[in-house]
Amino acid sequence: MTSMMPLVVEKAQVRRRGKVLIGPVNFTLRTLGFTIVMGPNGSGKTSLLRMLHGVVRLADGTVSWACDEISARAKQAFVFQNPVMLRRSVCDNLTYPLRIQNVPRKIANAEAERWAARIGLTQVLTRSAAVLSGGEKQKLALARALIRKPEVLFLDEPCASLDGRATREIETLLLQASADGTRIIMATHDMGQARRLGSEVLFILQGKLHEFSPAEVFFENPKTDAARAFLNGDIIE
Amino acid sequence: MSDILDGVMQGIWLLVTLDPELIEITLRSLRITVSALLIASAIALPLGALLAVKRFRFRRVVIAVMNALMGLPPVVVGLCVYIILSRSGPLGVLGLLFTPSAMVIAQVIIIVPLVASIAHQSLRDLWSEYHDLLISMNTSQWQRISTLLWDGRRALLTASLAGFGRAIGEVGAIMVVGGNIDHVTRVLTTAIALETGKGDFGLALGLGFVLIFMALSVNLAIHYLTRTEVEGRW
Repeated sequence: MTSMMPLVVEKAQVRRRGKVLIGPVNFTLRTLGFTIVMGPNGSGKTSLLRMLHGVVRLADGTVSWACDEISARAKQAFVFQNPVMLRRSVCDNLTYPLRIQNVPRKIANAEAERWAARIGLTQVLTRSAAVLSGGEKQKLALARALIRKPEVLFLDEPCASLDGRATREIETLLLQASADGTRIIMATHDMGQARRLGSEVLFILQGKLHEFSPAEVFFENPKTDAARAFLNGDIIE
Repeated sequence: MSDILDGVMQGIWLLVTLDPELIEITLRSLRITVSALLIASAIALPLGALLAVKRFRFRRVVIAVMNALMGLPPVVVGLCVYIILSRSGPLGVLGLLFTPSAMVIAQVIIIVPLVASIAHQSLRDLWSEYHDLLISMNTSQWQRISTLLWDGRRALLTASLAGFGRAIGEVGAIMVVGGNIDHVTRVLTTAIALETGKGDFGLALGLGFVLIFMALSVNLAIHYLTRTEVEGRW
């Protein structure tokens, strides 16, 4: 059970240079589940995740957690589509989130070794993170996010440029994290992945929430024409 | 041409024989410049990082002024420091005029904008790369700055070396505030100026070659020690 859920979004709106990127949107994310954010390119998936995470400022409305804002920020993590690697070793990338929370170096290193073994990067622990492959970087970014044991994890198309094997490894980690109690909110284009992982789907188009329903309902019986067209593979804008 | 050849020979001779006066002047040059560089780096590098990370009113103005100050005429800096440190100046009571400390102060003022400006440019690029990650990790302002300083250390080294190059070759300001006093404030550049004035081009050139050799050696040594440009490393 996560103490910072539910997440209540009311009339939330994000604008940039006068243009509305998101909203106004209203929805509530409950304590349990694996939320998939779907929509075509440019529909506002990334902006929505960034809005929920608090990286972008709201132009209007509210995004409220069950705890205060400072506690909520400390209990979240975000994995970006293009993983950002700190210019450090793999080990130092893993220990960074712990070290900034003043976890002693010895404990942080032990935790980093445990996670490196889990994601299969033990052999490259002392090497620069720059030399890793795309899949390894994404796994490292995910492990770096999970090492803090976040209550909520946002992921922005984490498998967008990965092959099947790397995608499967990422999904295994995500399912394990979800089973361990981390609430996951993930944007993806991959219909198969959404079916495999999602328990509910937020479908957005042009910054507006078109559908929010359980995954099986969304995939079997979408309520809106736009969602139906999207699922049929039609080009929608 | 013979002057240059004579200078090279004299420079080599001074180095080979470890001429005591040359050693004394060289060590003083190094001591003053390295002191100024350490102080300037301690001010300029965090300042560059702060300007990269922090958004505040007049930030652009501060950056523009800092960039403009890179072209600060050293002799004017020397004059200002002279006035401040002179007996009738606000800090005259400290008795620092015509001491190595005054020379360090002048050099710090000259190189802080240069180091801060170069540091800011490289850290700004690094910050644009790290921005979302560090914000999402809920880092404090200090943690962001320290992360940038650590991860950008090789670029910052280049900034500091640029400051070293400017300081070690500086003559105008340190001549004004140091006075080029033998065994006290005479450094390589002021000694070169003196010997040129006396018409002893050979010795001046010899000292010049020593200065160039020293500047190159320090740069190469630091690059070697910090292993910049090594493949697969940041």
